[in-house]
Amino acid sequence: MLEVQLESTLESVDAGEEMVQGFAAQHGFPDEAVHQIGMAVRESLVNAVVHGNCFNANKKVSLNAAVSSDGLTIRIQDQGVGFDLDGVPNPLAEENLLRKTGRGLFLVRAFMDKLYSRRLSPHGTELVMVKNYASTAIKEEG
Amino acid sequence: MSIKTSSRQVGEATIVDLSGRITLGEGSSTLRETVRDLVSKGQKKIILNLEDVSYIDSSGIGELVSSFTTVSNQGGKLKLLHLQKKVHDLLQITKLYTVFDVYTDEAAAVKSLG
Repeated sequence: MLEVQLESTLESVDAGEEMVQGFAAQHGFPDEAVHQIGMAVRESLVNAVVHGNCFNANKKVSLNAAVSSDGLTIRIQDQGVGFDLDGVPNPLAEENLLRKTGRGLFLVRAFMDKLYSRRLSPHGTELVMVKNYASTAIKEEG
Repeated sequence: MSIKTSSRQVGEATIVDLSGRITLGEGSSTLRETVRDLVSKGQKKIILNLEDVSYIDSSGIGELVSSFTTVSNQGGKLKLLHLQKKVHDLLQITKLYTVFDVYTDEAAAVKSLG
């Protein structure tokens, strides 16, 4: 299991991405999947640091990764005001295509097999994402 | 590793050779400043050569879109050249492949700018 507390900085985003990529590679995920997992973690950490904790030095981001026989589960918690995953506009909609922002969580969904969020008490959001070994194998073969 | 840029002139086109990662922070701000600088100097036919760009995140994609609209709004054109597979895949996933003109041949990209 991987478990770390990160500062609300962009350096933490790089570090967290690297840690989880190493963890995924160590547990048998192929290169393409490691890249996708790393990118999903990067986008989620950016969300936590920038939009959740707003770079507040007093707020931390928790990163947790664990493997089972089915795959890899990653949990990222921030201490922000919280947000609704379903409230994020669809970046593929014609009117949003040329928007500068709004693709991060879309990419997490695209690269992982499951993504869901829950509000934390008294504040914060937890993003949980799963990458299955089985789907990775199918995607790699496909 | 962040991003490095250098510009060269081929006919009327300015080709910006980029290398490294275009991610939130230094990478995306360097791209933004480079394109804004060119536009402010009247360069409106721009090709971004991404041959040595190994990684782009959503912020980098946003910066590419922003560069595209900045140049277009000034009556110019911005084209992309030599995408690596991961970058190509990202543009497909985000449907931006339908927005950008992407080339695999530099001479063709230059010619497309007239």
